[in-house]
Order: sequence, then structure tokens, then C-alpha cells
Amino acid sequence: MTSVSPATERLSSQAAERQPAQDDAGRAGAPARGWVSDSVLSVLAGSSWLLFAFITLHWPDLNDWGRGSEFSHAAILFGAALILAAGLGAVSERGAARLRRSTPWLLALGLFFSLWQAATAKFGLLPQPFFPPPHAILEVFLDDYPKLVESVIASIKLELFGFSLGACAGFVVGVLLGWSRGFGYWAHPIMRFIGPLPSIAWLPIAFFAFPSSWSASIFLIALTTGFPVAVLTWSGVASVNSAYYDVARTLGASPAFLVFKVAIPAALPQVFVGLFMGLGASFAVLVTAEMMGVKAGLGFYLQWAQGWASYANMYAALIVMSVMCSSMITLLFKARDRVLSYKKAEVQW
Amino acid sequence: MVRAARAALDPGGPGSEITLRDVSHRFDLDGAPLPVLDHIDLHVARGEFVALLGPSGCGKSTLLRLVAGLEKPSSGEIFADGAPIAGPHPSRVVVFQDPTLFPWRHVFDNVALGLEAQGLLKSRRGRVDQTLRLVGLDNFAKAFPHQLSGGMSQRVALARALVNDPAVLILDEPLGKLDSLTRMTMQGEIVNLWRRAGFTVLLVTHDIEEALLMATRLIVLSDRPAMVKADIRVDKPYPRHRGDPDLVSRRREILGLLGLEASW
Ligand SMILES: Nc1ncnc2c1ncn2[C@@H]1O[C@H](COP(=O)(O)OP(=O)(O)O)[C@@H](O)[C@H]1O
Ligand SMILES: [Mg+2]
Repeated sequence: MTSVSPATERLSSQAAERQPAQDDAGRAGAPARGWVSDSVLSVLAGSSWLLFAFITLHWPDLNDWGRGSEFSHAAILFGAALILAAGLGAVSERGAARLRRSTPWLLALGLFFSLWQAATAKFGLLPQPFFPPPHAILEVFLDDYPKLVESVIASIKLELFGFSLGACAGFVVGVLLGWSRGFGYWAHPIMRFIGPLPSIAWLPIAFFAFPSSWSASIFLIALTTGFPVAVLTWSGVASVNSAYYDVARTLGASPAFLVFKVAIPAALPQVFVGLFMGLGASFAVLVTAEMMGVKAGLGFYLQWAQGWASYANMYAALIVMSVMCSSMITLLFKARDRVLSYKKAEVQW
Repeated sequence: MVRAARAALDPGGPGSEITLRDVSHRFDLDGAPLPVLDHIDLHVARGEFVALLGPSGCGKSTLLRLVAGLEKPSSGEIFADGAPIAGPHPSRVVVFQDPTLFPWRHVFDNVALGLEAQGLLKSRRGRVDQTLRLVGLDNFAKAFPHQLSGGMSQRVALARALVNDPAVLILDEPLGKLDSLTRMTMQGEIVNLWRRAGFTVLLVTHDIEEALLMATRLIVLSDRPAMVKADIRVDKPYPRHRGDPDLVSRRREILGLLGLEASW
């Protein structure tokens, strides 16, 4: 057989064309700039952090908030480093390129912190005590971190248990719905009846019916996750191109092979859509459950801080919570990119 | 199973003979029966290369699906080597018009699909490499289907069929979507593979010239419901040439059978 080499050429040229496009895909890169404006931007970003430190140190606070000086000193170091980094382009090409991506954001953040500081601690423009200054939040992180760490671990544990349970159950139910008529006959009406119900509505009953509020919360998170996973898995399995089955059957595939090696892999992209939906929805349930009954976790921390009217603690908890949720979504994206590596990456989180 | 084992041991062994006895088939179309095949009697000898020609929608693909065992005929019987066909079997593999490669599998794993499904992959990995070499894609074992051109994909589909050492190769317009150059190359390649391995081929094509270049026998089917309208032997040696006056006149004859003589 001939004609191998033109085909080879074709593939490699395609791959070459694809490379740069893939780098830019999804992730919004900072606009390209010249070397000089890069340095100027870096200096500006550094200055904005020095400005923040200056405002913090040399302007008396209206009130008594701790950790102002620590924050300022860190900001001075950071700002100075950024200004020095303006010359980085001459030393390390790659380091400069990485920095260039973040300088606009670092500048914006420095300005934002300065404004925030001025509007809260210095002029009291924002109503107090609802809007604490940045160093008050830093104080929470530095002084109350054991409790925050404990809370975030509790939240992660609850979320992971509930999510994994719900994802597995939803996946199995979805595959069975897509595969077995008999199962569908019984499960479909139940799904339609219970699925759209917001899981939170179960909360009072669940807390009462389960041995502990912890197990009740696991159930609620699992329910929330399970429904979209089941529906999407089901639709994924049901919409597998029947030609795949024909091919596999003529090649001697058993029913088990058709399920595990054809239907499920073909449905996986849809399964991941369900997992993303389930994960997003489960965060709401997690926090609600922690606020309503579980005596641990970030939701509980928020509730507790509200009881003491310590708003800085609440903002700190929100920041931790946001990092936690975002990291979980990132992990799921990573898992998806691994499992579906045969596809071209679509969006980068 | 016995035959599969024999074919496995002897890739150069002869193909199966296929017999359709009074086969009719109808589909259910919105409650009304749609007759597709009408009392087809056909005997395909071991190692024959039979091309099926007929108007679009007359039931050619349906006939192939019945022979593959993917569907059961509404009435009549189909035999492979005298045994009734009860379901799909890896000794009769199909290559469809769409390559239908599994996008989540590397080229190698796509080709290995049949062996894996039959639990033979461990002992016969080398056969996969060998078949990939045969279709000229050994460099692409680790590529994903989306990285292949149409012709390469169809070669993979062909390799996926051949790796099972089929006794019957069922081809449903396998070259229908390829550009004409790739098409011509692959016509020659398929004929060479068939001459070397000796399996039986059932080829559906809408291209009369392709049928005349490749097959030893042409079956012309009527409009739906399909009946056998003509059974033509082509005893020409290979390689055949497009301009061969005999083939040209036969082409005209078949166009006439298909009701298209006016367009010539
Ligand atoms: N699964 C099916 N259900 C109902 N009708 C079908 C089905 N498969 C094919 N048909 C009908 O049978 C007829 C023959 O189809 P087919 O064998 O695919 O024709 P072709 O000769 O073009 O390959 C067509 O009219 C088609 O609509
Ligand atoms: Mg067809």
C-alpha cells in the first residue's frame, strides 16, 4: 500500500497549525505590548501597592483595626519587588512573560486596595461596621486561622462525601435509565416527580429523619448532585450513535462490552456536564446545610460570625469559601481534561 | 466459533459461502408496513466478490445488515456455510460508509476493538500492528480519529474489519464519501487484499464503474421493494482498466437496467 507519506505530512502540518491556536484558546491573554510599556506597567503596579501602604501607614485610622502595619510592610515589599521586576525582561525572558500576564491585574488590585482602604478606615465613606478595611480581614486570617482551617476541612469533607455519593448514584441511575427499559419504567416517573424539587425543601424533614444533621446533609448534597448527573448521563447514553453499537456487535461485542466500552465512554462528555451542574448546585446546599444544622464548616462559621456581628470574619470566610469552590471546579476541569483528552480542549477555567 | 478459530489460524483461508433463500423484509413506517426486500434468492460462492447495485433507498444496506446478522429477515432464511445466521459474528464484519471510529480510542485501540471484544487481544497484539502496516497507517497507531483525514479514517475502519480475519467482508459504500483520487487508490487496495486473503466480499456501491473494476459478479436490484433484476459475471483479470471497451459497454448495459440509458 502506498500514499503514506502525503498523509503523514498532512497530519503533522495540521498539528503545527493547531499548536499556537490551542495556547490561546479560552484563556484571555493580556494584550501584547512593547518591552518599554511592559516595564512602565510593572513600575505602575508596584507604585499602586506603595500607595496603598502609604495610605495605610500615614493616615490615622478612624477606628481601631489591627494588622495595618503588617499589611503595609508586606505591600511595600511586594510593590518594591514589582518595581525591581520592571528590569526582569533583561534577565529572564520567560519570567518577564509570566509577569506581563499579571501586571494589569496587579495594578488594578493595588488601586482597588488603596481605594478600599481610603473609603473605609480613613474616611468612613462606607457604612461601618459592615465594610471593614482590608487589614481587618487580614487580622482575621492571622488570628483566627485555626478555626478557619478547621471549618474549611469540615466543609470539604462534607462536600466530597456528598458529591461523590451523589455522582456515583446519579451515574449508575443514568446508565440504567439509558440502557434498561424495565428500570426506566419505574425510575423515570420517580425522577420526574422528585428531581425538580429543590433539595433544600427536604432539609427540615432530612434533619429530623436522619440520625445526625451531618448524614442528613450528605443525603441532601448527594441528592442535589445526583439529579443532574443522572439526567445528563441518561441522555448521553440514550443519544449514542447506534452505528457504534452496530460496529461493536459485528466485531463480537458482548452486552457488557456494549455498556462499558461503547455506551459509557460515548456518554462521558455529557456525564461531565452533569457533574459540573451538580457540583455548582451542591455548593448552595452545602452552605445552607451548614448554616441550618451542621455545627461545623464555613457556612457554620459565617453564621457564627454573624451572631457576633464580626463582619471581617464573614468576609474572610467568604474568601476562603470562594477559593474552596473555585478549586473544586478547577479539579473537576482537570479531571475532565484528563478523561476526555481525546477531545480538543474547549474552555480553560 | 469453530470457523472463526480456523479463519484465525489460516488468514489465507477461503471465505464463507452465503445463501439467501426467499428473503423478504419490511420495516414498520409509522404503523404502515414498508416492504424493502422482495423474495430475494441469492447464492454467493466462497471467495466471490459480489457488488450490489441499485437505486438509492431500494434496500441494499438492509440486505447487508441481514447478512451481517444485525437484523433478522421478516421471512426467508440466510445461511453462512450452510448454517443459519442467528446474529452478528466477527467472521462477517461490516465497513460502513462512515468510518464510525470510536473518537475516544487511539487508532490502535480502534483496530484492536474486535480482538478486545472477543478476548483475544492479549495473544494477538502483533496482528493489530501487522494490519495497521497493511493499510499503511502504522505511524498513526497513537493518533486519535479526529487527527485523521477521511481516507485515513476509512483505512482504519478497513483495518478494524480485517484484523478479525473475516470470512465475509461486508462493505456498504465504503468509498462513497472519499475524494476521487483516494477512492481509486483504495479500490485497488481492497481488490489486492481480497485476492491475497480470499475472503468473500459483498460490496454495495452506487458507482457502476467501481463495481465493474472490483467485482467478479454484479447483482442489479430493482426499485424498492428490491428484487434481483440482473446477475452479471465479470470474468476479467486484474488489474482492470477504466477505459477497457468491454467494461464501458457493460456499464452502458447496466445503466439501461437502472433506467438511466437516456442520460448516457
Ligand atoms: N430502521 C428502519 N426503519 C424504517 N425504515 C427503514 C429502516 N432502515 C431503512 N429503512 C427504509 O428502508 C428503505 C431501504 O433502506 P436502505 O436499505 O438503507 O436503502 P439503500 O439501498 O439506499 O441502502 C428506505 O426506504 C429506508 O427509508
Ligand atoms: Mg445504503
